[in-house]
Amino acid sequence: MFDKTLAELAQGLENGDFSSVELTQAYLDRINAEDGKYNSYITVTGEQALDQAKAADETRAAGNAGAFTGLPIAHKDIFCTEGVRTSCASKMLDNFISPYNATVVNKFNAAGAVMLGKTNMDEFAMGSSNESSFYGPSKNPWDTDRVPGGSSGGSAAAVAAQLAPAATGTDTGGSIRQPAALCGITGLKPTYGRVSRFGMIAFASSLDQGGPMTRTAEDAAMMLNVMAGFDLNDSTSMQQDVPDYTADLSKPLAGLKIGLPKEFFPADLSPAIAEQVQNAIKEYEALGATVKEVSLPNTALAIPAYYIIAPSEASSNLSRFDGVRYGYRCESPVDLEDLYKRSRGEGFGTEVKRRIMVGAYALSEGFYDAYYKKAQQIRRLIKQDYVNALNEVDVIMGPTTPHPAFKLGEKTSDPVAMYMEDIFTISLNLAGMPGISIPCGQTEGLPVGLQIIGNYFAEAKLLNVAHQFQVATDWHKKTPQGI
Amino acid sequence: MALDRSDVEKIAHLARLQIDEQDIPEYTKNLSSILDLVDQMQAVDTSDVEPMANALDAVQRLRADVVTEENNRDKLQSVAPAVENGLFQVPKVIE
Repeated sequence: MFDKTLAELAQGLENGDFSSVELTQAYLDRINAEDGKYNSYITVTGEQALDQAKAADETRAAGNAGAFTGLPIAHKDIFCTEGVRTSCASKMLDNFISPYNATVVNKFNAAGAVMLGKTNMDEFAMGSSNESSFYGPSKNPWDTDRVPGGSSGGSAAAVAAQLAPAATGTDTGGSIRQPAALCGITGLKPTYGRVSRFGMIAFASSLDQGGPMTRTAEDAAMMLNVMAGFDLNDSTSMQQDVPDYTADLSKPLAGLKIGLPKEFFPADLSPAIAEQVQNAIKEYEALGATVKEVSLPNTALAIPAYYIIAPSEASSNLSRFDGVRYGYRCESPVDLEDLYKRSRGEGFGTEVKRRIMVGAYALSEGFYDAYYKKAQQIRRLIKQDYVNALNEVDVIMGPTTPHPAFKLGEKTSDPVAMYMEDIFTISLNLAGMPGISIPCGQTEGLPVGLQIIGNYFAEAKLLNVAHQFQVATDWHKKTPQGI
Repeated sequence: MALDRSDVEKIAHLARLQIDEQDIPEYTKNLSSILDLVDQMQAVDTSDVEPMANALDAVQRLRADVVTEENNRDKLQSVAPAVENGLFQVPKVIE
């Protein structure tokens, strides 16, 4: 039962093969027995989950079930959940019981979903390995000596270890796509503004975007059907119709034009990764697609621009954590400045403090033009590269990551080496376009991810392209040994 | 761009972050290497490029200036470290 997709579980519920209460209890038992190995959950919400499952079964009995009624999922612990601890994997919010729900959470609740719990992540979503979590790193189910990626590493590990059929994630520089690639699952970052950011604890507001992490593209379409849509409470939410993302999944790919940016296949790319991605491209050619080289000439500038924009916005966003209104407060502050400084110094971890300081420096008097403004100019060049390329082709493909999952501790002492792991994902956040990572092969027993990029609001196209690959191949069905 | 100890102390103060004395060398080293990384931007001429804040050039929506939220102060203050009579408590600011 635990290897079933959301679509299969929905069918099982509809057929009466099992109830939502039975399904939910089975998952809770499995989490309880197995998650010690993976640390993929920060909080398991068993009691609430069973209440939601019972309500879902009643809805179904009354003949009012929808596509998502009774399906269990996990939420990344960055989404505010009323009455449940929302920690963002930080000591700062270890005691924070959210007084309200994120819009995404409200939408899943309204659709009848069951929340199994809150998943582990890098602290405040800052990281590519999950190692900055206050609750200890989540582990990669393919090799528990390796990282699951980050920041949505707990969500990816939970889905890969079959401790949830699907989970939500958020992606600021690759935080859905990179862990999806490293854990062998499907992860979609939608167009900026497609999914509401209300109640999704802000890291870099102009880049953050929530999305689904699933076993299949079909499941991602089901999730996005629930998540997407305009929200008055998010000032950057886009007023754009939400299609049925499952409607186009079966469209044939004959005539699809794929662009391969030469910058995504650099000389130092792991040969094993390059080979798996090339095999996937050949599969697409067999499905009727044509391939041409394109160029994204400003790719190398994406990481430098990102490491000004994201820390600057983070230093502004995280100024709200002041020890006064919510979150951690230091013991016996002597005055207000001491209260601020010690609450923040003790409440935030090292990587978060590092990024706040980079941002505070970049935004400090006299540096604005050289750093933030410069980065925003480069951002436009990067967007224009994608616009130009997507005038020539329907989708862009390449590796999601330059390497497979690395060892725990391997990159913690060198933040810049860690940042380089996001080389293929980060530019898309700057451009605001959607991208999906799907499993497309393996090297030395570890999954390899294929990234597929499309134009603004082309999520249905990406899901169609990803789904057709999953109809033709079975990489998405591979499971780690022992699971 | 190499920072020194006093730069890091100044930045930490601007960000209202208490940094342990023994961690300052490590922060100095790491922040300097991050600034070296971002300085790659300076090699590009962007004098004719309009800065981009939003990929879709969306602008802030406005709404009518009317009350839309009900008072839920008690609920929101339930997560505060220290509250008295509906007010957040902080150390004495004015003598």
